[in-house]
Amino acid sequence: MAKIVVDPITRIEGHLRIEAEVNGGKITDAWSSSTMYRGIEKILKGRDPRDAWYWVQRICGVCTTVHSIASIRAVEDALKIKIPPNAQLIRNIIMGIQNVQDHVIHFYHLHALDWVDVVSGLKADPVKTSALAASLSDWPNNSATYFKGVQDKVKTFVASGRLGPFANAYWGHPAYKLPPEANLMATAHYLEALDWQKDVIKIHAILGSKNPHPQTFLVGGMSIPIDPDSQNALNADKLIEIKRLLKKAQDFVEKVYIPDLLAIASFYKDWAAIGGGDGNYLCYGDMPDANGNLWFPAGIILKNDLTKVYPVDQKKIAEYVDHSWYEYAGGAGKGLHPWDGESEAKYTGPKPPYEHLDTDKKYSWVKSPRYDEKTMEVGPLARLLVAYGSGHKETKAAVDMVLKKLGVGPAALFSTLGRTAARGIDCLLLAQQTPKYLDELIANIGKGDYRIHNGEKWEPSSWPTEASGYGWHEAPRGALGHWIKIKDQKILNYQAVVPSTWNASPRDAKGQRGPYEASLIGTPVADPNKPLEILRTIHSFDPCLACAVHVMDVNGNEVVKVKVS
Amino acid sequence: MGSQKFGKKDGLEKYSYSVSDLLKARGVSRRDFLKFCSAVTAALALPVSFAPKVAEALEQAKRPPVVWLNFQDCTGDTEALLRSANPTVAEIVLDILSLDYHETIMAAAGHQAEEALEKTITEFKGKYLCLVEGSISTKDNGVYCCIGGKTSMSIAKKVCGGAAATIAVGTCAAYGGIAAASPNPTGAVSVKEAVPGITLINLPGCPVNADILSASFVHYLVFGKIPAMDALGRPLFAYGKLIHNNCERRPHFDAGQYVEKWGDEGHRKGFCLYKMGCKGPATFHNCPTQRYNEKTSWPVAAGHGCVGCSEPNFWDTMSPMYKRLPNVPGFGIESTADKIGLGMVGGVAAAFAVHGAMNAMRKKPDSEDKDNHSDDK
Repeated sequence: MAKIVVDPITRIEGHLRIEAEVNGGKITDAWSSSTMYRGIEKILKGRDPRDAWYWVQRICGVCTTVHSIASIRAVEDALKIKIPPNAQLIRNIIMGIQNVQDHVIHFYHLHALDWVDVVSGLKADPVKTSALAASLSDWPNNSATYFKGVQDKVKTFVASGRLGPFANAYWGHPAYKLPPEANLMATAHYLEALDWQKDVIKIHAILGSKNPHPQTFLVGGMSIPIDPDSQNALNADKLIEIKRLLKKAQDFVEKVYIPDLLAIASFYKDWAAIGGGDGNYLCYGDMPDANGNLWFPAGIILKNDLTKVYPVDQKKIAEYVDHSWYEYAGGAGKGLHPWDGESEAKYTGPKPPYEHLDTDKKYSWVKSPRYDEKTMEVGPLARLLVAYGSGHKETKAAVDMVLKKLGVGPAALFSTLGRTAARGIDCLLLAQQTPKYLDELIANIGKGDYRIHNGEKWEPSSWPTEASGYGWHEAPRGALGHWIKIKDQKILNYQAVVPSTWNASPRDAKGQRGPYEASLIGTPVADPNKPLEILRTIHSFDPCLACAVHVMDVNGNEVVKVKVS
Repeated sequence: MGSQKFGKKDGLEKYSYSVSDLLKARGVSRRDFLKFCSAVTAALALPVSFAPKVAEALEQAKRPPVVWLNFQDCTGDTEALLRSANPTVAEIVLDILSLDYHETIMAAAGHQAEEALEKTITEFKGKYLCLVEGSISTKDNGVYCCIGGKTSMSIAKKVCGGAAATIAVGTCAAYGGIAAASPNPTGAVSVKEAVPGITLINLPGCPVNADILSASFVHYLVFGKIPAMDALGRPLFAYGKLIHNNCERRPHFDAGQYVEKWGDEGHRKGFCLYKMGCKGPATFHNCPTQRYNEKTSWPVAAGHGCVGCSEPNFWDTMSPMYKRLPNVPGFGIESTADKIGLGMVGGVAAAFAVHGAMNAMRKKPDSEDKDNHSDDK
């Protein structure tokens, strides 16, 4: 038996560390630890609730709009503010393109290198690569000359002797299964996606000044004015540019991402039986129309049973800190609802520099949120399963299409591969749905409705002495909730329960493993010195914190140095 | 100045491919290359006549090794890097620099990742560039940010200490940022406070403007030294002027035309956002001219006031965001009738004082951006 530590886990946002026990070539137990804390919730106390969206936006610069959305929704819920339809539609467009862009970056730039061996692509035949690409889609960049050009660039780069961010990776690992041609095609699309993502996200700049961290949200609406007769407002010129960029986004997803995903997945079908978890999934639902009806339904799936979708009750959410470096005033063993949440840090881990954490005690800066005392996986897979179970038409069609093309049944979804496929399907659905919000916005403006903000409760003097509210959002990584209490026009308490808190959580008071931990059990590890398989499953969640892995002997806890060729 | 050849002095000559060779191999034409050089020259606020020097230096540069450290951050500055257009991130990573360590994008993980870092900082000691994103935690022995079991402080001391120069990317690394906002629960500090005495460029902004970052690289490659900076360590080419003095809505301020309510006629017509809390009058940054996302927009152009994100401690001194900045010259009677908080007054006064002091200090004989700092008083 060996204990593996991966720290830092790279190609994620943030600082994440995984420790895992390997027995007979498979993982038998695992611990997930976040190793960074800033205390933003503490910093927020006493500040203007209207500013909160800007502060919490800095929780994450990758999913850079999601905390702002959840925050303004929480304050609007507390103060009972209804926003104008245009503001809702603009938010939907911002959320839609955020998800689409984020999923593509995750697939190509954070996750693909777990499946794609870039170096193997040097051996590919460009003619055969072209034939492969043409058989998958009619994307124009598919000639042999094009792939030869990409291959030559990579060759020149490798010949320079300095591999930069591609150095020291697991190239040549036996778990890589793609033929050289598929590797070359995916490498070409890795580079194309880099250019694509910076273009399509200009939608955020048009509607919100810049990306990352668009500066456009307001409690009560949005700050981008609308006026077809002004050059300083959202006008026809800008709307048409957004339309063009949404089309560009949709084209890439339909003609590159989805075909690549299906092609790559077809070589890794064994991963449809690896990396499932406890089988509980939570989705808050999102994409409201003008009446507040959600396009993605909310719900809970228990124990992989898609025949029953349970409603979500926010009162049943509680966070535990029995294995997290915090101390509750009321003591251990109990969960706190976010309105009454506490974030008092109390580090009890080893003194740095350390080789390993004491995983029997407290071992992470992530708390353990539980729903009705149960662990919940959140993210695109949860979103699709809840929608699928609820009979959501578009989701059902897209999921069935992918399952059919891969020749697998719905049970394949409860896995590492299922999580990765679900993200692609989610991306496709939103790439197709978001342009509809733009059409609605244009129609609304055409009717002469330019309202973007409801200012009735803008002045704090109009607020009640005390108020509390919560705001939910289906972020790219899943169910995100912010809870706020306001007193005397200031923030009394603020708690964010983010997707990666659900997924990366350590054990709770009952000793139940968090979703990362549970999903790693049973994962094969061919070479403990190169635990590529751990990265596959952890990356399939799209973690939003930074991580690391080292290898230790379980008895002596001695770190085994990973050899580098 | 253009004769500063990065490759000749520092042991990098064994790598025979220059930036221009690599760009050529990637199918970038000579014309496009020169266009790129012109764009960078403009971003550096240099006269067009410098473009050939930029081109010459880039043609000779041999991809200096760069390591990027993520500490108490949100990865927003990394994402900004991904949005770079001139040059694109692919060009930066593949052609211009050798980005040997960056947790968010590197293929290697865990031990292999740490070895990549160790290799670069040992092999190129005193020659690599270090970029830092995020603040550094000092409280309780720095336990609030650990990577590979080591504290951010110990990593910063080791890696920044051995670098030719360090760039603090974004406001957190430059000044402590949000984690250092009151009550600063983790004892978060800037790179300068954590590792005093190193050669350091501060590129604040939340997040950094990617064009300023790439222009800073190029400045280093072209001139072989760091750019002229103000007293807060910010390059003058990007932080030499007040937003208010470069703002496209300045005429409306001078004419007394203000947005009074979100979505009102003034808001739709692009009037001044001062009354909605804009901090442009106290913020030094080139947002109005450089803009973001390939010059698509910037906060004021999209209808929201500036929040002052490139200023130290703006989280505390410039909030609440929607409160009007008092004592702004030119606003007339209302400024004295409207003293909202002493912290705010102090913030504005301090910002002006710093730039005044800096003006007196910055007389360097061959500074290439001598005349860049004329309107900030």
